[in-house]
Amino acid sequence: MAFYFVQFLTGLASAASLFLVASGLSIIFGVTRIVNFAHGAFYMLGAYVAFTLTERFSGAFGFWGGMVVAALVVAAIGVLVEMVLLRRIYHGPELFQLLATFGLTLMVEDLVVLIWGPEDLLGRRAPGFKGAVDFFGQNIPSYDLFLIALSPVVLGLLWLMFQRTRWGVLVRAATQDRDMVAALGVNQKWLFTSVFAVGVFLAALGGALQIPRDAVHHALDLRIIVDVFVVVVIGGLGSIIGAFVAAVLVSELNAFGILIFPKISIILVFLVMAVVLIVRPWGLFGKAEAPARRTPGLTVYPWRPLGPGERWAAVAALIAAATLPFVSGNYALTVGSEIAIFVIFAASLHFLMSVGGLASFGHAAYFGLGAYGVAFLAKMAGLPMIVSLLLGPLLGCLGAAVFGFFAVQLSGVYFAMLTLAFAQIVWSIAFQWVAVTGGDNGILGVWPEKWAASPSHFYWLSLGIAALAVAVLRIIVFSPFGFALRATRDSPLRSEAVGINGKRIQWTAFVIAGTVAGVAGALFAYLKGSVFPDSLGISLSVDALVMVLLGGVETVSGAVVGAIVYKALNIWLVSQTDLSKLVLGGFIVLIVVAFPKGIVGMLETIRNRRRPSLPKTALVTSRIETAE
Amino acid sequence: MSMVPTLLSVDGLTKSYGGVHAVRGVSFELRAGEILALIGPNGAGKSTCFDMLNGQNIPDSGRISLLGENTAGKKPRAIWRLGVGRTFQITATFPTMTVRENVQVALVSFGRQLFNLWTSTAQYARDEAGRLLDLVGMGAYAERPCGELAYGDLKRLELAVALANQPKLLLMDEPTAGMAPRERIELMRLTARIAREQSIGVLFTEHDMDVVFEHADRILVLNRGTLIAEGSPEEVRGNPQVRAIYLGEGLVYDARHREGAGA
Repeated sequence: MAFYFVQFLTGLASAASLFLVASGLSIIFGVTRIVNFAHGAFYMLGAYVAFTLTERFSGAFGFWGGMVVAALVVAAIGVLVEMVLLRRIYHGPELFQLLATFGLTLMVEDLVVLIWGPEDLLGRRAPGFKGAVDFFGQNIPSYDLFLIALSPVVLGLLWLMFQRTRWGVLVRAATQDRDMVAALGVNQKWLFTSVFAVGVFLAALGGALQIPRDAVHHALDLRIIVDVFVVVVIGGLGSIIGAFVAAVLVSELNAFGILIFPKISIILVFLVMAVVLIVRPWGLFGKAEAPARRTPGLTVYPWRPLGPGERWAAVAALIAAATLPFVSGNYALTVGSEIAIFVIFAASLHFLMSVGGLASFGHAAYFGLGAYGVAFLAKMAGLPMIVSLLLGPLLGCLGAAVFGFFAVQLSGVYFAMLTLAFAQIVWSIAFQWVAVTGGDNGILGVWPEKWAASPSHFYWLSLGIAALAVAVLRIIVFSPFGFALRATRDSPLRSEAVGINGKRIQWTAFVIAGTVAGVAGALFAYLKGSVFPDSLGISLSVDALVMVLLGGVETVSGAVVGAIVYKALNIWLVSQTDLSKLVLGGFIVLIVVAFPKGIVGMLETIRNRRRPSLPKTALVTSRIETAE
Repeated sequence: MSMVPTLLSVDGLTKSYGGVHAVRGVSFELRAGEILALIGPNGAGKSTCFDMLNGQNIPDSGRISLLGENTAGKKPRAIWRLGVGRTFQITATFPTMTVRENVQVALVSFGRQLFNLWTSTAQYARDEAGRLLDLVGMGAYAERPCGELAYGDLKRLELAVALANQPKLLLMDEPTAGMAPRERIELMRLTARIAREQSIGVLFTEHDMDVVFEHADRILVLNRGTLIAEGSPEEVRGNPQVRAIYLGEGLVYDARHREGAGA
């Protein structure tokens, strides 16, 4: 009994950090509507800076002062980021903000290695809380007790700040309707900056407080950000109480999950999150999101199928790509195959995002399922390659059919989070079900048959399938189904009023995208000759998002260009520099700030500008005349 | 009029929110080709009533019989399939498509081609879409991005979209809200003409009394959730209860005659 009680207290202590970081994320989201992916990076920075300061300055004052100063320093960095970067993109599409903060995360990951080195750093114990308290023979670190006491105090302070100060009133008002707050003459710029500073301060403090418990290392950011996303989604984005309750819930699930269901401990939290989202789509304490306002100033040109000239250009590009085996060596061909595979993967996500308006954060799940499908069929059932390639993606299709059914019940950020949760569930199964998937060791020896084994043949195979997949997706975009899907994205109200069952249309689109992703995964398994849980991982999902946004989400086939540029750059950078993440992150941030419509979107804008413009004003003025 | 079939019959429609009786026992009928206005002061229950008719809200009790079928609690898309076109108070269109494509989507749905993944939409019912756009005077704007349209044109486009399923009934929620006075008259004249020609029943809510009294064949007056009057424009105008509750002091329609409406 005492053991369980101690386990419970350990859970509560872990909740403290989680709550601090999650509340910061929630506050920032509430006011600025930015889902700050870099929040994990700020958390990690907080830990690193606190480590340095507490090492430098001795004594209790040095330790506690160091923690607070570290959080302040990181908050100052946050302010800088907000003023230099985020202010430029508040009016961009919401996904771009996510992309920019993701780019920032990549940069920070390399920067901390550059400054603090790649080794794990062990911080010193907290003065005054070095010992442990004996509880019926079980030891409880006294620092844990301190953390348990701390989180309600922070909750109380935040509550006071929001209820009792003028600033808090403005923040709450902005959370409900920031346009109205702006209309009332509040300086939004500084409100946003101050909110961001407070949010980052909380994240950094959360990181700093962890150093007596945990080693500081450069992968802390992704680990915490996933947990924090789960917490804010369960608690409800924008709700601090929700963040508190959910942080406790998640930490306790982690603490007891390991004891009670050791086999499925990792997925337990995500299962709970999925259930919460399905039962209460806006989290336990959240409110329904107001429909996103259309971004002003971003003209969306209606999509056109390729003209004859453009069609020939596409064919010419394809032929040029097909000549690669005659001019380059095997390494370039392997890279080429990988790029072709990622073109398929990115195109499938792009279809879901641009046509369906559904930004999946867990698209790698279907890529990975396709890969595992092939591995099962080829290795265990011993089927020939063609059959495996055709049937393997069906596992992705099946996964998309099951998860998609639930996911499309939600929209926006919550849709993104639920897809992320599903992907994590699939990843955990692949990771933990060692008997079937080989766990971390993966499934090896999935090699292509002779006819496709040489790099040039495999390259042509990948290129051909990629061209086919992109063409098929384009046909679907311009088919009646594609229009129905766009209609559902553009106006759920209107599409329902013209007889369109939006959820079913979106579900179908999800299954199509999942199947195509599965095709990409199937090829990937043969390219690498093996399948690992990484093929289902978050970083792969994020890669796909970056490719789509890089190409331009408002285009028909921007993902093709995005995938080629991102993947080529990625592979090249990894071979050229140890700081590939820094360069890549910087590149992403630059793209977001300089070309918010993505590469293809930018090209289209230029093309449309050069066209003789329609006499747009005549239309408007004629109405004004009659309106007089 | 009695020979004309009943399109819509509403019987004892009731809806409360907590202790607030938004709509209490509302009953009325609407015949083919008839233009019926639902008016009432703010908070009278017009929108609640309307939302129950078009499937966005589920009544606590009462019957809504549309062409003989009880539609209470049905989804908007099911009601649309029965032959009901609708327009919204704040226009709802597809801003990333062209004007023609907006109509084509409705036609695709009407032709039950929603899950057609293979053919090109560009040619689908192109002429029919053009015909509907001509009908509402938007033919010249067919290839324009819908997002560029002025508000009045969006309202016309919505009307064309609402006509795509060859409706027998049009539900129009404040069709002229947000429009300039002359535009309002134009749009309602257009609607009335189409409705008469094709024998479509129209139910609309409206705040502009000029529009209501010029175009409605019959008027329903709602106050605090109950129908307090029903009849021709003359009858309603003469009803002292309506005058007292709704039209208020002085600003009665017949005081400033129709000719003065545009001034």
